Amino acid sequence: MDDIDRNIVNTLQVGFPICDAPYRQVAESLGISESELLARLQALLANGTLTRFGPLYNAEQMGGALTLAAVKIPAERFEEVTEIINAFPEVAHNYARSHELNMWFVLATETPEQQQQTIDAIARQTGLIVYNMPKLKEYFVNLRLEA
Amino acid sequence: MLEARDLAVLAQVSAGLPLCPRPYAQIGMELGMDEAEIINRVAALKAQGLIKRLGVIVKHRPLGYRANAMVVWDVPDELIKELGATISRFSFVNLCYQRPRQPEWPYNLYCMIHGKDRTTVLAQLEQLNDVCSLARYGRQILFSRRCFKQRGAVYQAQQLTVAAHG
Repeated sequence: MDDIDRNIVNTLQVGFPICDAPYRQVAESLGISESELLARLQALLANGTLTRFGPLYNAEQMGGALTLAAVKIPAERFEEVTEIINAFPEVAHNYARSHELNMWFVLATETPEQQQQTIDAIARQTGLIVYNMPKLKEYFVNLRLEA
Repeated sequence: MLEARDLAVLAQVSAGLPLCPRPYAQIGMELGMDEAEIINRVAALKAQGLIKRLGVIVKHRPLGYRANAMVVWDVPDELIKELGATISRFSFVNLCYQRPRQPEWPYNLYCMIHGKDRTTVLAQLEQLNDVCSLARYGRQILFSRRCFKQRGAVYQAQQLTVAAHG
């Protein structure tokens, strides 16, 4: 990853033009050619630096529901429970964290009803208490990470 | 209300925008619509907020962001709005939410910091503590140990990938 790649990643985390030749417009602002921008984007997607290039939808406006949930997994069951939880397609993010509540995951379901069903199913399959912590208020979101 | 043609556009661009000089024309070709219609519909969906953002989604680790801390505080309910707003002004804070307290888990204010290493993140937290006078409240720092999944939500019915950060 060189300075041009870093520039591309930083610029395209902010947004992308909606016009007939958007790559050309971005390329001009970065001082490179359109074909170079397209080639570099392709490479950044292929090597996994970027997971996706496209729209980010607003889950709630789409009628979907999101929540953050956590479980306390006994050390000897960690691998087994991780597999159970990751197998749920509703689990969008999942992190092991350094705490007694040692696994934290985001559940994204198409409806609010499915959220409770998924929580119940995870509790049933793992035999653990699932702490459900849906957001009450959002103060700030900025997931841009400077490359 | 979304029209069927909007849903078709959302589904078509969900996996990603085509990497070619006229991406919106390309999408239109797949859907039997012209370029202008796609541009108008995407712009309208963005204006309505249904599309939060168009652009790239990065993976944290290849960019060198290895220390991801979820920090939680137990702050008085009557102060949470003000504290949430103050914390959100720091450029290193990526997310700030209020969440419900739980039995044996009294924390109600959550903030996420993606940093390059733990030392930096801990120093940033100290700064938060000082400026916002947070030291008096109960706090936990939960660094991530492993990332098992980091992707958008996948809605089977509509074939859409949605921003999912809880």
